Amino acid sequence: MTSIPQMPKSWRLETKPHKFCPGCGHGLVLKALGEAIDELGIQDKVIFGCDIGCSLLAWDFFNVDTVQTHHGRTTPVVTGVKRANPDTICIAYMGDGGGYAIGSQHLVNAAARNERITAILVNNCNYAMTGGQMAPTTLPGMKTETSPYGRDIKEAGYPTQGPEMVAAITRDGSYVARGTIANLKQLKGYFKKALENQMAGNGFSFVEALASCPTNWRTNAKDTWNFVEKEMPKYFKVGEIKNPAEKEGE
Amino acid sequence: MADKPIQGEKRVFMTGNEVVAWAALAAQADIMYGYPITPQNEIMHYWTRMAPKFGKRFLQTEDELSAGFTTLGGVLAGRRAFTATAGPGNTLMQEPMSMAEMMRIPSVVVIQQRGGPSTATVIYSQQEVTMTAYGGNGEGFRIVYSTGTHQELFDYTIKAFNTAWKYRFPTFVLGDGYQAKMRESLTIYDPQDKGMEMVKTEAFIGKEPVNGIKEPNHIRNTYNTEEELFDVLAKYMEDYLKIAPEIVEYQEFDCDDADLVVVSHGVVSRAAKGAVQELRSEGYKVGYFRPITLRPFPAEQLRAVADKTKTLLLVESAYGQMAKLVKDAIFGSTVAIENLFKPGVGITSEEVVDKVKGLL
Amino acid sequence: MAKTWKIALAGEGGQGVQSVAEIIAEAANEEGREALYIPNFGVEQRGGVSVAFLQIGDNQIGSPKFQKADIVIALSDRAVRRTRQYVDEKTTFVYDSSIEGIEDDLPKNAGRVLAIPAIEVSKNELHPRVFNIIIMGAVIKSTAVVSEDEAKTAIEKKLGYKFEKNPELRELNFKAIARGMELVEKAQ
Repeated sequence: MTSIPQMPKSWRLETKPHKFCPGCGHGLVLKALGEAIDELGIQDKVIFGCDIGCSLLAWDFFNVDTVQTHHGRTTPVVTGVKRANPDTICIAYMGDGGGYAIGSQHLVNAAARNERITAILVNNCNYAMTGGQMAPTTLPGMKTETSPYGRDIKEAGYPTQGPEMVAAITRDGSYVARGTIANLKQLKGYFKKALENQMAGNGFSFVEALASCPTNWRTNAKDTWNFVEKEMPKYFKVGEIKNPAEKEGE
Repeated sequence: MADKPIQGEKRVFMTGNEVVAWAALAAQADIMYGYPITPQNEIMHYWTRMAPKFGKRFLQTEDELSAGFTTLGGVLAGRRAFTATAGPGNTLMQEPMSMAEMMRIPSVVVIQQRGGPSTATVIYSQQEVTMTAYGGNGEGFRIVYSTGTHQELFDYTIKAFNTAWKYRFPTFVLGDGYQAKMRESLTIYDPQDKGMEMVKTEAFIGKEPVNGIKEPNHIRNTYNTEEELFDVLAKYMEDYLKIAPEIVEYQEFDCDDADLVVVSHGVVSRAAKGAVQELRSEGYKVGYFRPITLRPFPAEQLRAVADKTKTLLLVESAYGQMAKLVKDAIFGSTVAIENLFKPGVGITSEEVVDKVKGLL
Repeated sequence: MAKTWKIALAGEGGQGVQSVAEIIAEAANEEGREALYIPNFGVEQRGGVSVAFLQIGDNQIGSPKFQKADIVIALSDRAVRRTRQYVDEKTTFVYDSSIEGIEDDLPKNAGRVLAIPAIEVSKNELHPRVFNIIIMGAVIKSTAVVSEDEAKTAIEKKLGYKFEKNPELRELNFKAIARGMELVEKAQ
């Protein structure tokens, strides 16, 4: 059902086709998110905050209230909105640099405070907008503009395990998952659960989405897909990590 | 829920930080976001004690970046939101406030200046003038009130909310550690009892649908082309210059026949005022000029003074941060300029008197 | 009272100089006078000398801190050394007579230097807990910034809830005020 080339209702038609590079994972992530918003019927209540980096290109992507912020600062902006107007459904949309590097203190503390917001982080293993530098999520040995001989774990450490970190620092009520553009139906399901978790007032919800960046990976279609489907999940395990709804059912 | 926080007028004796909390309540502020830093902490302490009684909220954030950005989120949601900071916290606050400039977000920030650069002292300075007026990677599209007394701290904190929401520029109340920590008397009041209406707030995002139809708002601070940005900034500049005369505030006395005019701002103007009065009583022809708004600066008014007098004595607890604003304002004037700069240190009227006597 | 009185009180943490300054300032404010009180609050406030700057007058007070005080009260050796800077020929410098080893540190330029046995009186005659109230008595005697009655009213306001439970405490406090005033009178 997701394969038919139909746009989610919550997408903003005037700004399509969108501005992401060909083969970029953002479009797919936003498609899954758009469908989740549609299916939950929450379009009029959503506040969509987007970061700097490629995620900023989503600033006019949806027909929902949108605020484009600074690098790493989307989490506090939508936290501020949610605290001031708890009737809204707030989404902080960011990249791996925004969430795990420059804005990591915001992600950590929003999670620790169990903010009733939904953070969505697109992991494509590099800083894409700035030209493909090493990110917290760059895989060991992976070449980027600032790790031209491959990420040396002795120098740069291991890639950040974001959802695992968030799961470790949150207590009851938080929802944490890692999905991938290789399985959009599953990803959409995670988004729905994350949003429902917020709507139920349970607490912080966090979904990392593994996504492609052929422009900076310098990969062809086949290698791009292979990297997303085979290489990334070796390090970044796809699945639900924390689900308060399940816990209740136990 | 309790009634209005302040009934009628009340003479009180309290610290400046307590004054700010009362003023924010009186101004019907909805939510404060904050992060601890001396000397502003007691604003949060009083707010967190009083605000819940009136249905107001507070969020303690992880740092000043977050305090600033959550404040912007609160304002975008249509609430009278504010934060307070100082020193290194003000440095971090510049990032969110540059976003406020770009997006015309009517945020209110109270600054209690402390010594700088770096951690320096937790006590006092006037070294955050440049940063508060022109910080961030921008053009200083802000409004900055520099207060000198507790009464002003109360009056201008209320006013800051109205100025911000009326003109849609981020607005700052620039106090200092002395004002934060000292106790003196003032009269607090409910603005509406005085016929002052609070400017209505409006949600940028999260508005309810009208007749079942929701018109989503898309707001951004990123532009694709140089020209696109230029057009936006040109419009902002035009707006700013147009409203500046309405916003500018200053005080002056005894300038008409003065050989020398003492120029100071904030808490230092208390010393300057005392010094000018004393010098006048001794027969010295000395005048007093004090910008209340540092941004926009009362340039025209100071230029008129500079044209009348022979010397301006610039007095501040910084190495010439106000002086830069002054020199910019009076560019082309041939008036002589003398300085009494004491960065990070209080200035007394005796020092000003001595300095003036040495010059005249 | 045309002039603005400038008072610096300095002591060790726990000697209560800040609360004395605050009570006097509030008493003056209650009378409709202008009062401004500011504590020193540097990082050194933990474990350092505590200084209270107090000004009382009829017109709005100028800068919060001042260079020279009309009266300085120093209650420890460190306080004596710290507050010498606020002394000039018009200053009355009051210190506790039990402080040792400060003979050379007492300001030579002060208008008057008075030693009062406040610590001794509080320990042996009244109670150590009213030491700061004795000091308050000394301040109001030296400056007449507030009357004895006003000072009592201010104390009542501040500590009334304690007096309710223990009326003897009120007597003790009021006696401390009177003794503080006496000490200055005698020293003069």
